[in-house]
Amino acid sequence: MRALRPRTRGAGDENVVLIDTDSAPRILFYGEDFLCEDLPIGTRVIYPHRPLVGLPNPRAAIRYALNHPEGFEPLHALLEPGMKITIAVDDISLPLPPMQRPDIRETILDIVLEMLADHGVDDIHIIIATSLHRRMTAAETRRMVGDKVFDAYWPERLYNHDAEDPDGMVVLGKTPHGEVVETNRRAVESDLVIYVNINLVPMDGGHKSVGVGLCGYESLKAHHTPKAIVESRSFMDPKQSALAHSVERIGRVCDQHMRVFHIETALNNRMFSGPMSFLAKNEDDFTEADRLKFQAMKWTLEKTPRALRREIFMRVPAAYELIAVHAGATEPVHEKILEKCHEQYCIPVEGQADILISGIPYISPYNVNSKALNPLLVQVMALGYYFHMYRHKPLLKKGGVMIVAHPCSDAFDPEHHPSYIEFFNRLLPETRDAYVLEHKYQEEFAKNPTYIEMYRHGHAYHGAHPFYMWYWGQAGREHVGKVICVGADNNTVPALLGWERADTLAEAISMGRSMMGRSAQITMLHHPPILMTDVR
Amino acid sequence: MPHPDGNSPSPTTSREAPLRRAAFYDVDGTLIRTNIVHAFAWYARHQPTLTGSLAMTVSTALSVPLFAAADKLSRKAFNELFYRYYRGQSEDRLVLLAEQLFEDVIRPSIFPRAPELIAESRRTGCLQVIVTGGLDFTVRPLARYLGMDDFIANRLEYTDGYANGRLAKPFVAGATKAEIMRDYAARHGIDLARCWAYSDSYSDYPMLAVVGHPTAVNPDFRLRSTARSYDWPILDLG
Repeated sequence: MRALRPRTRGAGDENVVLIDTDSAPRILFYGEDFLCEDLPIGTRVIYPHRPLVGLPNPRAAIRYALNHPEGFEPLHALLEPGMKITIAVDDISLPLPPMQRPDIRETILDIVLEMLADHGVDDIHIIIATSLHRRMTAAETRRMVGDKVFDAYWPERLYNHDAEDPDGMVVLGKTPHGEVVETNRRAVESDLVIYVNINLVPMDGGHKSVGVGLCGYESLKAHHTPKAIVESRSFMDPKQSALAHSVERIGRVCDQHMRVFHIETALNNRMFSGPMSFLAKNEDDFTEADRLKFQAMKWTLEKTPRALRREIFMRVPAAYELIAVHAGATEPVHEKILEKCHEQYCIPVEGQADILISGIPYISPYNVNSKALNPLLVQVMALGYYFHMYRHKPLLKKGGVMIVAHPCSDAFDPEHHPSYIEFFNRLLPETRDAYVLEHKYQEEFAKNPTYIEMYRHGHAYHGAHPFYMWYWGQAGREHVGKVICVGADNNTVPALLGWERADTLAEAISMGRSMMGRSAQITMLHHPPILMTDVR
Repeated sequence: MPHPDGNSPSPTTSREAPLRRAAFYDVDGTLIRTNIVHAFAWYARHQPTLTGSLAMTVSTALSVPLFAAADKLSRKAFNELFYRYYRGQSEDRLVLLAEQLFEDVIRPSIFPRAPELIAESRRTGCLQVIVTGGLDFTVRPLARYLGMDDFIANRLEYTDGYANGRLAKPFVAGATKAEIMRDYAARHGIDLARCWAYSDSYSDYPMLAVVGHPTAVNPDFRLRSTARSYDWPILDLG
């Protein structure tokens, strides 16, 4: 491995760095490992903002938000003895990786439940708003809500949403666009719904919380379509997202039947802390200690089996801090939280790239504590999330080359992702056309009794979920000219995904240049932590 | 006739519009906790005379190691050995007591989520079919209770109204289950590639392998390993 050379960098934009003759090699995530690669001179490396300073007293900030809500009376003024209340909370897909304890949801629940008890409210159910995600385990739930809440409420009054429970779901009607609004019966029958949200990226929160988190398959299939994704430029920019517009319409119908008091939070991007904090730094600024730490970590990872590496990574929580909390009516609250999210994540960038390089980490919203980031999830990270991390226009030019680094192993978690296995092995060899897959196979998978049983009583994602993952990448697939996977440990997976593979980053860049020209503008997204580009 | 054409437990079942898909279920260990030995033990305890009950119960208990050894050898060998113990039982008595056997033994041992799985499967428009090595008269009440469209089960041979200890051929077990399912599918216009099969035992590997959607349910060690190898879904209905 090449040594990282410390270098003194002149003052300038710390988020957009140009590679020069004496620049250090850059670190890319490569699944449960890292690559350390030299980049061509002139390559633009985009770094996230530094973490915004966390609120000094999160508990006080939460109480302030509850007492000074947007477009609502203070929470205490809404409460009456004997009320029926449902509290819905975001699931384990947020934040990534899971945050250090206490999770912000635990802090909020502590405060809210105390307030409810003070007002004589005891008919309280806490529902984990999983939508069609997998059920959280008892241990995961305990970690999220804290011992006190878990011991008092699990499992009778603290449980996972079940979108396939015929008795637990209710259809509220249709939106003016004909989208079916199917949601959780307990929430609808409650006098008040309190939603406890975490916003990690701008597509979270807002009407998505109730409109998606508590919905059923019939609702979700209205907007989780390849068409909606293609018409979302990007789905991380709610104003330009057909997906977000559909969710808003559904959320507004929910609002007609439910009184929803939304508590939204924004976290900073302090993903790495302590001995790992050097991973958030510009490599040119590495100290000798940073260099040694990275080399030691790389050496250790190389000697460690993949499964153990995963376990280690999954056990390192992030030191996220609360940077904003607002409560009240869904839309004004979401506006305020979005502002803060954009402040944390958005990086102004001049001009698009011909070749975009990105490392894919070990984690996605859909494989927390899973045995692998399976090929469909690698695909969704590349062509779904990373491609869509922009406002205004995509960072990558139309027809450009996307280079991703990941082993792309043919590995799935059969407990969490059983339907993914069938989708990948049975459907993708037949077609990669998302529209064909949607019309020909989505219903079959969604209604598969085995998958429904595994979703409802095991810990499997819903049978339709792999389709959504494939649709998530549709805009990227239509936009990108070629995807090259660096370091794929096999040929089959990249071939099934429609990608090419290269052994090294240098080889991939050379392949990219052969398509885009010798003077191709190359950009590397240096994430995680998350960043979004404001491309002008 | 009981098998292999299948049995219609309900007179309301219609065959006029054959369905294109089906879900085939093994019974013992898959839909219910008990197995055919439990059913036989119950019959043994309910003989017409006290001494008869005692003798048959003791004989059955003493034979358990033999049953286990035969089952290890092959399911076919087990069936041939085991069903000999029914020799001398009168057909009318077996049929008559089947309802009580169902109430006393079988119904309490249905896995809690089995009816839910079947209901979900029925909602997809699948024909619901039991394929079991159990005996037809013991399976019939269960099939009716679970709302099955059909069942395929073993039949005893009778001589002058008394079981002679032999099974009518072909035995519903192992590879024969797959063959019977293929025949059944051909006759009913079913596309096996679009069918489901559920079983708990590695001995039912052929039955699982013949359909497009094999699923291991509460699987034994070998089937669990096999299911893991082939990425078949694994369910726990307990």
